Amino acid sequence: MDVRQTFPGQVHPTAGGGILVTKLDEVINWARSNSLWPLVFGTSCCAIEMMSTASAKYDWSRFGFEVARATPRQADVIIIAGTIVNKMAPVLKRLYDQMPDPKYVIAMGACATSGGPFFYNTYSVVKGADHVIPVDVYVAGCPPRPEALLHALITLQEKIRSGAS
Amino acid sequence: MNPQELKQQLEALLPSPTFEEGGEWTTLYTDPATWAETARRLRTTKVLDLDYLFCVTAVDWKTHFTMVYHLSSTTHRHTLVVKIRLDHEHPEVATVSDIWRTAEFHEREAYDLMGVVFTGHPDLRRLFMTDDWKGWPLRKDYEDPVNMIKL
Repeated sequence: MDVRQTFPGQVHPTAGGGILVTKLDEVINWARSNSLWPLVFGTSCCAIEMMSTASAKYDWSRFGFEVARATPRQADVIIIAGTIVNKMAPVLKRLYDQMPDPKYVIAMGACATSGGPFFYNTYSVVKGADHVIPVDVYVAGCPPRPEALLHALITLQEKIRSGAS
Repeated sequence: MNPQELKQQLEALLPSPTFEEGGEWTTLYTDPATWAETARRLRTTKVLDLDYLFCVTAVDWKTHFTMVYHLSSTTHRHTLVVKIRLDHEHPEVATVSDIWRTAEFHEREAYDLMGVVFTGHPDLRRLFMTDDWKGWPLRKDYEDPVNMIKL
């Protein structure tokens, strides 16, 4: 996306340059939204679609997501790509707690949103990751296509820029 | 060995074996009382040499359980399936973990999720579920009002 379309503020041209009028909070949010580092975290088949989104064909680095981190200490966003079972729930909570603020959560696919196909007659599945940690953006699908995940990531960027998250 | 020859070998080896027809692999029926001895013979007889147990399954039929053992030979390249019918009230069968080491974990899984007791198993504890878990979650009559939403 063109930086000039999303940068908050106006440039008033003057002789030899220009004066920028903006709000610092909005500039910080704008900067954050363009450099979201996801945590390497995938619990089932949605992770395959997430990897596809990262790979050359869909290439989420176009939007600033390329620096996937293997440690929560350096991650900004956790994409819950897959089913969360009762035994995984405390691990997910710990990873979320270990991420530095500001942190964002995307629930990818039916399982992370509501338990999905495991909603009924299952003894082991958490019925939605939002029982464990707060979620910013939900993506429908089983699994969602890479385009859907990209849309969710861009939606998260817009949410951050608007100051809502 | 082709399925026909395998059957003939088993008929020579075991007293009056019964077979199930129609499956992809030769399927032998046996019972809990003779399973330990049958398993040992399947493993040690040179012409069979079933040295690889690649799947242990427990099936809940509501009226009874069936244990299914998938065996194969890495030298002769033949496969044999053994099925054992177990009582639903007290499903109990001898362990084969002393014959095929891999069964140690497979049997723990079957115990954990189906509640089949393997007598003689060296370490029959829960595998996936927490140690304090009550009940056998993969049984057809399993109820869990806390975690499960019934449809």
